[in-house]
Amino acid sequence: MTEPTTPSTTPSTTPEPTKRSSGGAIPGILKGLATTARTLAKPSHTAEYPDVSPHLPPRSRGVIALLEENCTSCMLCARECPDWCIYIDSHKETIPATTPGGRDRQRNVLDRFAIDFSLCMYCGICIEVCPFDALHWSPEFEYSELDIRDLLHEKDRLGQWMPTVPPPPALDEHSAEPAEIAATNKPARPVRTPAARPTRVTPQPEAEA
Amino acid sequence: MTALEALEVVLRSVAVLAAFLVLPLLVGQTEHKVMAHMQGRLGPMYAGGFHGWAQLVADGVKFVQKEDITPAAADKGVFRFAPAVALIPYLVAMAVIPLSPDVVAADAPASAVLVLAVTAVGILGTLMAGWASANKYSLLGAMRAAAQLLSYELPLVLSVASVCLAAGSLSLSGIAAAWSPWWLLWQLPGAVVFLVAAVAELQRPPFDMPVADSEIVFGAYTEYTGLRFAFFLLSEYAGIVVMSLLFAVLYLGGWQGPFSDQLGWVWTMLKGFVIAVVVIWLRVSWPRLREDQLQRLAWLVLVPLALAQLALTGVWVVASA
Repeated sequence: MTEPTTPSTTPSTTPEPTKRSSGGAIPGILKGLATTARTLAKPSHTAEYPDVSPHLPPRSRGVIALLEENCTSCMLCARECPDWCIYIDSHKETIPATTPGGRDRQRNVLDRFAIDFSLCMYCGICIEVCPFDALHWSPEFEYSELDIRDLLHEKDRLGQWMPTVPPPPALDEHSAEPAEIAATNKPARPVRTPAARPTRVTPQPEAEA
Repeated sequence: MTALEALEVVLRSVAVLAAFLVLPLLVGQTEHKVMAHMQGRLGPMYAGGFHGWAQLVADGVKFVQKEDITPAAADKGVFRFAPAVALIPYLVAMAVIPLSPDVVAADAPASAVLVLAVTAVGILGTLMAGWASANKYSLLGAMRAAAQLLSYELPLVLSVASVCLAAGSLSLSGIAAAWSPWWLLWQLPGAVVFLVAAVAELQRPPFDMPVADSEIVFGAYTEYTGLRFAFFLLSEYAGIVVMSLLFAVLYLGGWQGPFSDQLGWVWTMLKGFVIAVVVIWLRVSWPRLREDQLQRLAWLVLVPLALAQLALTGVWVVASA
């Protein structure tokens, strides 16, 4: 009852029990019939998925690919992962000195890198934090399994996704240059003479007291 | 009875049974596809290959495989018997509906009365199911079904009475033979009443309160599984077939049309199919009525309208006699 209706203004000749001020019941139900009939006449927009592959938007988050050569086993991704679904094992190897009298070097060697996609929530934080671009989003999404344990992808499986990683999208028009290009294009710093350096004023410890 | 006559009876029965098993599936598949496209979907596309034509066959296979559960608290005999009571009346009704003067399984003298009588029995199956299930939702659904059927049986009978009066015959064949295009206008109010009451009788949306899934789970059929549940579904679609063919015979002249001598039964089927599509269309387009709205519609609109139609028909028949 949205507004009070008086018999003099509203013709109560509609045979339907519901009397509304918005056109009455009969036009309403006819409108419903017309709407469904119009939809029937139009072709449907359904794309039948297994037969027709979906059109994925750019930057789709399908699966995380690992570029093993870039990984330094720094564990940043595993630490930042909100649900701890990244498993990393590594060990240190000693590289003997290349020059006589030189120092032996140590480097990390990745033994295991696994992402449990049954836990992953596709937040992409691991990819964001990786300082060496070892992790990438791939749009591939068809890796469902019958057994949930098979969703634990080891590093060889994660490496297989690498060819499916799309190239980074082009920058927008008039956007700032990428950091690497900006750095190389920057004019060299002017050499400062020690005389031009302002004398540093050290605060007096007594002033605070 | 000679052997030949016996064979004829058997053949006619088998033909009716075949129609009873095939036509509801046809209507069901049409509902799948028409409803889907009215909602901007595709509907079944895989079963059977071509546009999912075998979807209902697959459904039937699935229903057969399912466990047939009888609740522990249920009145077991009644519970198990109810689907048959719901289903058989439509089989009987289908036997007496003429597709053409020749194509009719059993040409009963008062077939209009017989059809109305047996379709009214069908509701007993729902009542038995609801009462025997020992489930409050089933019971509520059965009560709703009973109230609905009591209300809508009257306008249905009155509108059919009007047609019988106009034709001067209680036989469906006689009614269709007496039909003339002028009836489309003359019997229009009765036709509308019949269609609305038939949809309500079949418990189809917008009159599906007895099975309102958002309110009472699935009404009287809540406790049913497997083949018995499939029988209830089959009886619903068989009901659509019966009511659509009945509408075609009563109000659209049945087999009357071009080449009716050879293609009479095709005309009846075609007209019935159009009505079945309309019944599907109503389901897709309209929301469910409330229980009190349903009763108001029956007693304040349909019954007076049917009585007025009866009076109009009576006056016209007497005046033109």
